[in-house]
Amino acid sequence: MDTPAVELRGLARYFGERTALRDVSLVLPAGASVAVLGRNGAGKSTLLRILAALLRPHAGEVRVFGEPLPRRAFAVRARLGLLAHEPLLYSELTGRENLRYHAALHRVAERRVDEVLEAVAMERRADDPVRLLSRGMVQRLAVCRAVLHDPPLLLLDEARANLDPAASALVEPLIGRPAGRTRVLTSHDPRAALAEADLVLALRDGRVAFAGAPEGLHDDALRELYA
Amino acid sequence: MPSRSTTYGTGLRGLSIATLVVIAAALTMVFYYAPLDADQGFIQKIFYIHVPLAIVSLLGFVFGGLMAVGYLLTGDRRWDMRSYVAIHLSLIFGIGALVTGSIWAKASWGHWWVWSEPTLVSFLIVVLLFCTYQPLRFSIEDPERQSRYASVFAIVAGAFVPLNFIAVRLAQQYVHPRVLTLTGGNLPGSMMLTFLVSLIGIAMLFATLWKYEMASKNARSQVRRLRRTLLGDDALAPAGRSAAPS
Amino acid sequence: MRTALVLLRKDLRLELRTLETVPAMVLLALVTFIVFHFGLDRDTIAGQEAAGVLVATLLFAAMLGVNRLFVAEREQGGFDAFLLAPVDRSAMLLAKAAGLFIFLAALEVVAVPAFGLFLLGPSLAPPLPGLIAVLALADLAIAVIGTLVSAIAIHTRARDLIGPVIGLPLLLPALIATARAAGPLLRFTHAAGAPPGKWLAVLALYDLVFALLAYAVFDFLLED
Repeated sequence: MDTPAVELRGLARYFGERTALRDVSLVLPAGASVAVLGRNGAGKSTLLRILAALLRPHAGEVRVFGEPLPRRAFAVRARLGLLAHEPLLYSELTGRENLRYHAALHRVAERRVDEVLEAVAMERRADDPVRLLSRGMVQRLAVCRAVLHDPPLLLLDEARANLDPAASALVEPLIGRPAGRTRVLTSHDPRAALAEADLVLALRDGRVAFAGAPEGLHDDALRELYA
Repeated sequence: MPSRSTTYGTGLRGLSIATLVVIAAALTMVFYYAPLDADQGFIQKIFYIHVPLAIVSLLGFVFGGLMAVGYLLTGDRRWDMRSYVAIHLSLIFGIGALVTGSIWAKASWGHWWVWSEPTLVSFLIVVLLFCTYQPLRFSIEDPERQSRYASVFAIVAGAFVPLNFIAVRLAQQYVHPRVLTLTGGNLPGSMMLTFLVSLIGIAMLFATLWKYEMASKNARSQVRRLRRTLLGDDALAPAGRSAAPS
Repeated sequence: MRTALVLLRKDLRLELRTLETVPAMVLLALVTFIVFHFGLDRDTIAGQEAAGVLVATLLFAAMLGVNRLFVAEREQGGFDAFLLAPVDRSAMLLAKAAGLFIFLAALEVVAVPAFGLFLLGPSLAPPLPGLIAVLALADLAIAVIGTLVSAIAIHTRARDLIGPVIGLPLLLPALIATARAAGPLLRFTHAAGAPPGKWLAVLALYDLVFALLAYAVFDFLLED
């Protein structure tokens, strides 16, 4: 229980000579949620991709469930789910086929596919090719994909984009606080993200501009962050 | 980033002078010591340039592949730089070999190009393959990915070099009488000696140029790093897109 | 192995659903035969010439398949989805190479009989077993090298150019061996003979070396 879900120490990542992240540190206890805030290009998505072991850090230490990344990425993959801008679904396959494919990759029983489809009220459109679905429906399928293997850690990049309030309520038990998962979340709407979070990590040009409890982040500071 | 400083300049002056001496000796031997070839006459002397160029360029390609293995194993950009410099020098040497070979073919067989010479054909294929190395690098923007993909290419292409020679040689019968084989088994002693000195000279030329370019690239990247440390990120003009590792 | 099957099944399903690649490959092959008919101004060809035409045609068609191999992964997040799963990276090499091999076999099931019908002078039936053996080994080389090259090219800006430009020289020795092996089979005289063992050995060696090479380096192409 003592091992934090996510532990960053002096994390840095460059793209060529451009600095995407520098000296980012964070300790996220299991079960807690952190909101990663910042303007477009502040390094939010890069941070999430590093945590998902899709991108290797250039300096510093990254531990997920105590396992150092990228060395032990294999051990971490089964325990995290990523929901990013792209739904990671093949547009020519149906929702059910896509999810079955992911279920097979994650060695999850196919029963689970029907279960999550039902949870987001997509069973009736599950046999349509993804390209025919509305963006909100695709996003619901993407949520299904991210939680298919019931990961204890969720990385949510704009998870509720394209979701209307009703759909947002549908996915709440899967990716919201009630799901009881550790979460790293970003949102275009900082207030919505803050409302869900126990911790805030504000990034500015790849550096930590603020880290701490949401109450500590004043409106002025927030406005400056997005200015 | 930790900067263990590597200086490729060490010994460069000595090497340069030695290279000059050996090449001068080789040229002297080519023109004043080695006998005229009974069948081909004077033009055969191009052999002393052509074959060493070809051999050194092929070895350089393989060397580039080995350096690339170093990059994939360590992730250290300097290995990629070594591989890059070796390959692009080899390409220049290789084109030199093709041109001299073509001149030789025209003089002794009457055609600029002969398909019946398997060594020449395989060499052309290898050069064509390595011609794609620069375009490949240039079309990958992220420098890290560029190094990684270029290394994968260098390894595959390096392994391709001997494989290709085996396959092409098998595909063709020897039609023309060959002045030499790669082992030079049927050369008279004085020709063999001249050839060996030329080969050493060209190999030293390759090594010298390789060291020069490594020293220059290394110095440039250290200057950039120092500027960044002293003046901050913004002081640097963006590097621009480049096929060369930095 | 199991993962590779999952990937392969997904790729075949995608191809069956979209019919993007194989029909285009077949069509290109047929058109190329017509080009050769007029270009050579010949109604029938045989021997080494026929082998050359067949190999060149199959190569052009194969390049289409090579270029399409990773497009869905790149454009629809297939790479990320695969990398997020706790599975062996090499499964993708295996699955993609197997998929490409199946596409090539499907192409040849149509293109080789069409070749026999349109252009080939001697009857296709006697040399067919030998030809199948040669083409199977050649397809293996194209599948392995094509997968490797396609995986390199997919992340470059000029991916439609980089793939063929790197792939063709790498394939040349295999293509030479294929053409040389098929030539004697397509002659009028001793059509029933087995393909020259030397060429089968060269092809097999080539397949083996590149399979090992690809296995060794493929993982590095998947990292971000």
